[in-house]
Amino acid sequence: MCASVKYSSRGPALIPRMKTKHRIYYITLFSVVLLGLIATGMFQFWPHSIESSPEWTLDRRSVHDAPLVKLPVSSPIPERGDLSCRMHTCFDVYRCGYNPKNRIKVYIYPLQRFVDEVGVPISSTGLSREYNDLLSAISDSDFYTDDVTRACLFVPSIDVLNQNSLRIRETAQALAMLPRWDKGMNHLLFNMLPGGPPDYNTALDVPRDRALLAGGGFSTWTYRQGYDVSIPVYSPLSAEVDLPEKQPGPRRYFILSSQTAIHREYRTELERLKEENGEALLLLDKCSNLSQGMASARKRCYKGQVYDYPQILQESSFCVVLRGARLGQATLSDVLQAGCVPVIMADSYILPFSEVLDWKRASVVIPEEKLPEMYTILKSIPHRQVEEMQRQARWFWEAYFRSMKAIGLTTLQIINDRIYPYAARTYEEWNNPPVVKWSSVSNPLFLPLIPPRSPGFTAVVLTYDRVESLFRVITEISKVPSLAKLLVVWNNQNKSPPEESLWPKIAVPLRVVRTKENKLSNRFFPFDEIETEAVLAIDDDIIMLTSDELQFGYEVWREFPDRLVGYPGRLHLWDHEMGKWKYESEWTNEVSMVLTGAAFYHKYFNYLYTYKMPGDIKNWVDAHMNCEDIAMNFLVANITGKAPIKVCISYLLACINKFASVFGTMPLKVVEHRADPVLYKDDFPEKLKSFPNIGSL
Amino acid sequence: MQARKKYVLLGLCTCCWLLLFYWGGLQERLLALLTRRRGEVVRPWPDWLDRALLPGYAENAELQNGGGPGESPRQRRQAWASIYKNSHCRMDTCFDFGRCRGRDGFRVYVYPPEKGDRVSESYRKILASVAESRYYTSDPREACLFVLGIDTLDRDQLSTQFVPNVDERIRGYPLWNDGRNHVIFNLYSGTWPNYTEDLGFNVGQAILAKASLNTEHFRPGFDVSIPLFSKDHPQKGGERGWLLRNTVPPRRKYLLMFKGKRYLTGIGSDTRNALHHIHNGKDIVSLTTCKHGKDWEKHKDARCDHDNQEYERFDYQELLHNSTFCLVPRGRRLGSFRFLESLQAACIPVLLSNGWELPFSDVIQWNQAVIEGDERLLLQVPSTVRAVGVDRVLALRQRTQMLWEAYFSSVDKIVLTTLEIIKDRVYAHISRNKFMWNALPGGLVVLPEYSTHLAHYPFYYLNLGISPGQEFTAVIHAVSPLVSQSQPIMKLLQVVSKSKYCSQIIILWNSEKPPPHRSKWPPMPVPLVVTDGRRKVSTSSRFLPHVTIETEAVLSLDEDTVLLTSEVNFAFHVWQSFPERIVGYPPRSHFWDPVKKIWGYTSKWTNEYSIVLTGAAFYHRYYHYLFSHYLPPSLRALVDRTSNCEDILMNFLVSSVTHLPPIKVAQRKQYKDMPGPQSTNMAPWATPEHFNQRQDCVNTFASWFGYMPLVHSQLRLDPVLFKDHVSVLRKKYKDLERA
Repeated sequence: MCASVKYSSRGPALIPRMKTKHRIYYITLFSVVLLGLIATGMFQFWPHSIESSPEWTLDRRSVHDAPLVKLPVSSPIPERGDLSCRMHTCFDVYRCGYNPKNRIKVYIYPLQRFVDEVGVPISSTGLSREYNDLLSAISDSDFYTDDVTRACLFVPSIDVLNQNSLRIRETAQALAMLPRWDKGMNHLLFNMLPGGPPDYNTALDVPRDRALLAGGGFSTWTYRQGYDVSIPVYSPLSAEVDLPEKQPGPRRYFILSSQTAIHREYRTELERLKEENGEALLLLDKCSNLSQGMASARKRCYKGQVYDYPQILQESSFCVVLRGARLGQATLSDVLQAGCVPVIMADSYILPFSEVLDWKRASVVIPEEKLPEMYTILKSIPHRQVEEMQRQARWFWEAYFRSMKAIGLTTLQIINDRIYPYAARTYEEWNNPPVVKWSSVSNPLFLPLIPPRSPGFTAVVLTYDRVESLFRVITEISKVPSLAKLLVVWNNQNKSPPEESLWPKIAVPLRVVRTKENKLSNRFFPFDEIETEAVLAIDDDIIMLTSDELQFGYEVWREFPDRLVGYPGRLHLWDHEMGKWKYESEWTNEVSMVLTGAAFYHKYFNYLYTYKMPGDIKNWVDAHMNCEDIAMNFLVANITGKAPIKVCISYLLACINKFASVFGTMPLKVVEHRADPVLYKDDFPEKLKSFPNIGSL
Repeated sequence: MQARKKYVLLGLCTCCWLLLFYWGGLQERLLALLTRRRGEVVRPWPDWLDRALLPGYAENAELQNGGGPGESPRQRRQAWASIYKNSHCRMDTCFDFGRCRGRDGFRVYVYPPEKGDRVSESYRKILASVAESRYYTSDPREACLFVLGIDTLDRDQLSTQFVPNVDERIRGYPLWNDGRNHVIFNLYSGTWPNYTEDLGFNVGQAILAKASLNTEHFRPGFDVSIPLFSKDHPQKGGERGWLLRNTVPPRRKYLLMFKGKRYLTGIGSDTRNALHHIHNGKDIVSLTTCKHGKDWEKHKDARCDHDNQEYERFDYQELLHNSTFCLVPRGRRLGSFRFLESLQAACIPVLLSNGWELPFSDVIQWNQAVIEGDERLLLQVPSTVRAVGVDRVLALRQRTQMLWEAYFSSVDKIVLTTLEIIKDRVYAHISRNKFMWNALPGGLVVLPEYSTHLAHYPFYYLNLGISPGQEFTAVIHAVSPLVSQSQPIMKLLQVVSKSKYCSQIIILWNSEKPPPHRSKWPPMPVPLVVTDGRRKVSTSSRFLPHVTIETEAVLSLDEDTVLLTSEVNFAFHVWQSFPERIVGYPPRSHFWDPVKKIWGYTSKWTNEYSIVLTGAAFYHRYYHYLFSHYLPPSLRALVDRTSNCEDILMNFLVSSVTHLPPIKVAQRKQYKDMPGPQSTNMAPWATPEHFNQRQDCVNTFASWFGYMPLVHSQLRLDPVLFKDHVSVLRKKYKDLERA
């Protein structure tokens, strides 16, 4: 397009003389444009560089069109995996470097078909559907880069998911032929079925130098902790069968064994358990006399009775997952999908994603030797815990087992967490199912601290122009012993605050901050001038609080530094029209909010209010000039899960409804108590009380 | 001319446009090209035409077969035991589970020290901690775990504390059995110049509890990595963390600090020799000195003199207090003292120690408390720590304190954590999950034998997004025989059973007379259980974890407590907000007597309190279990012997778990305990003797805990409208105000 415009702009200079010339010119121009367009097209299909995108990248093509690569017999074989490899010895971090997003970049080699000198492929299956799904998922994810020079991790397109379909030596040679192989540094291989008959190694037998291995079925002796990643054995049944989530709860059977290849010794043990406990156990096996055409993988039998697999798994509380010749079993995935709690008996097995998943909350791991005690062990687990485990099992499947995509991206995330540990996902993020994430809280001020009294608190007074009342408030507050500083937020842009000499003389520093806009949110701004943890937000018309009451409020806040500590509503409700204090009729026995017309709270909440307030609440408050205190209550309750101390009446329904919709829940907690001094209104000499001057209103 | 020009242009554009249309997909590709030019690529792994035809990676039948049944499990286990020994040890192959059978299976035996053995201060503390723990046994036959009497802490041959001939001596132990079920504690291994992991004797199949463990030598799930601690590390209690308040913004004066030795040669010098590069003298202070070792001047380089001078200018303690992050690089060995020092100082450790298996890495999620750096990326450390946000600094800092107080502040805790980790492995199906280890109050006070279910504990409600149950069980401690229907206990039964939250009442009959017949008790809307505790009359039996208690909340009552139903209801409401604390009525207080240098106990009315009596208090039933199983028998024996102090002990226990004071709620005037300060009425609990006993208890308990766990509170929780000038009709708990 650009090219054609360029030509046409030159055109007119040649045009003037003849009409025929004109026509010829037209034709030339057209051909030029056409050629230009063809060239553009070609340019696009042509590779930019040999490595980054082969010519067939954007076309829909067949796997069989991938270039053929012949492996010379003599091509080098990598060394066997080094068992002492760890991230700091076998992984090149410089490739990942510092990056503000804290995300590793993953490169996928283009597909090639490797054959040996006589043309026999290195793998009997070639690219499998599962591996293709995995690679597409990676290439669709944020981890992907097509720039090999920027990559931190390399994923070969050679499918090694199932060792049985591989020719080991040739596969190793093919790996070594990869252009960036470099002793396997930063290369990641995915393998789900390692080893082969008869002894079934627990890790991929293909020599692979220093490559990381994401393997299904590691034993503790082959797993390089902190280097390899243990992954599940994917069960294609998950895609075939849709098992809807079943509510946790008691099931028809207590223990179910559905595996078909259980060793004789274990089957005998299981049968003994069955004899002892009868109906609670269901031991299924292969069906021997199925009519033709029925998929034997989807049926199980017990004494001639036929059951559908995996549906039958949903009928049991616990499902046995015993090791076979291999440690990793695809059954685990089916069992989790069914929301059945797996009872894993595979000594030395490294559970899938055990680096981040807490399997104790979703499964029961029993040493193989203790198989005879299985029933007793499982019976000792409380019902509620079994339900939790059922929910957790299903959640693990949904998040980490469900598809090759889930498996692949989880693996990359785990490696990512190792490389950028300071940005790693937390235990809660990995392990809490969405319903718990939604309802639980992680209090940012979780440490039980009772801060020392000495730094005192900073009083923040928001004012507009009521100078007289403001000065009274300042004078009153200045009598509070623990006051450290007084901050006046002057919210009036049209009028300057009074001259310095006119302000009341008080013993603590007094600072006036002028704001740029008249916003209610200004009162919750985390001003640098606030140097204490405790903030007393107070309106410029609250003059009813005694010094004792304020000091006591501060003491209460020290014992509950993660809560809002406020005063009863009667102190706030100044009726401007009537010009007097309004004694509200809405006295209730319950507390879920305190108004911030006079309240102590932690400065951190200022920071949260200003920078982390969800949705458009902050703007809503500023626009409506109202409800900032309710917004603050929601914020604190939502993040700490705790009720404020002491209260007032919830009087503005409109805001409550609005905020509840933004937070998605009603985080406010209702309590019926308030804090009083220990000897409050007790029959005791007033002069011996710490806070005699409370509640004298 | 001008028109023609326009005409030509227009024509051309139309043609191009038409052509583009004709080419169909081209626009899309052009777009793709444009976006590609901007950096990111759309879908480079091809969407194969024959995707659906691709073969599965394995047949369903093959997958379900799981590789077939494999070899005989029995044979395999036998084979393993002979293959996987020594450096390949795992619990399955090198640990004899048979020794740990039975209800109290986990018992630890300490070999008695031999004559002439010199045992270092640190090892003496370790042994004392084991001996004082609830797992200790003096009978090697019932032991599951053995701890050597030989000091193996310092295996540096150049050290003065090195014990020679360990090999020969342990082989002389009849129970050694190639180290099976033995734990070997070690802080220093190897010596100049390589500092290898070698202990200088054959560890065999013993579990290593070792500091500075290298991931390569660490036998996962078998060894335990412990922190390096100094010989001054306290035996018990220990200092609290230095974090007193969560200032916002959480930045301190310095961003990052290091002060320590610079190694010019030898192992560890790569990192230590580069640390000075990040020093900027402003917010990053990284000070090194060459002055260490005998012949430092021999290796001295051009930087040394200047560095040494700069080094003297800053005080280490001051830097610890005033820095947000603290570099913890490896020394000669992987671990260093500064790890625990910065943890305590709430100075977030930035680790530069590649290959270090962090302390208790089995159970602690370190990435929530420290920044794990990479020695190779030292120069990136400043930008990394600068990028850590406010929220994260706040969280990391609090987490350092939590871990310090839960696992590291004393030798006792370090040793107990080691034992508990091993115990969790031995009884894997009744063990703590990662959450229990990493959430407050820490794994040591969570006893998995009580329950493995998180919701059964008082600490995790908020984390799980659930609230405590709506019912409570009243446990009444009865000591006097039932003679009349007007006894206080009758009134109490009625009052409590009237509460709509009460699900059952248990009477602990501790009187010498047998409990009266069922018909003597008044009819009640809730089940009544009478437990005959006469066979083992003891004061601490009131806190036995009775299986009959099914609710989370327990209301503990004395038989002569006078209460109103609404008082009970209100207190229960308050407890639901504070399920991890004791919520009760009559308060007491402790204080430090600077003259006698002992703790004092007072029942006087004061403006603060730190104890609420359990004669009328709500708390979580888990504390019953802790009381009976966590506290040592010696303290419970003291309580039984004196028939006193059980309530103080309970308050100690709960406060040591929560680090918070109990909660006192509003009460009416006529509680039995209300006589004024100058009362002459001497009830048995008010005799001076009784009172002195309680004072002694406070001091005994404090010495067992190693510190004073009680915390003062100045407030009382009252109903919202309590004694307010509003109509009585509006008040929910109006009865409380009737004097």
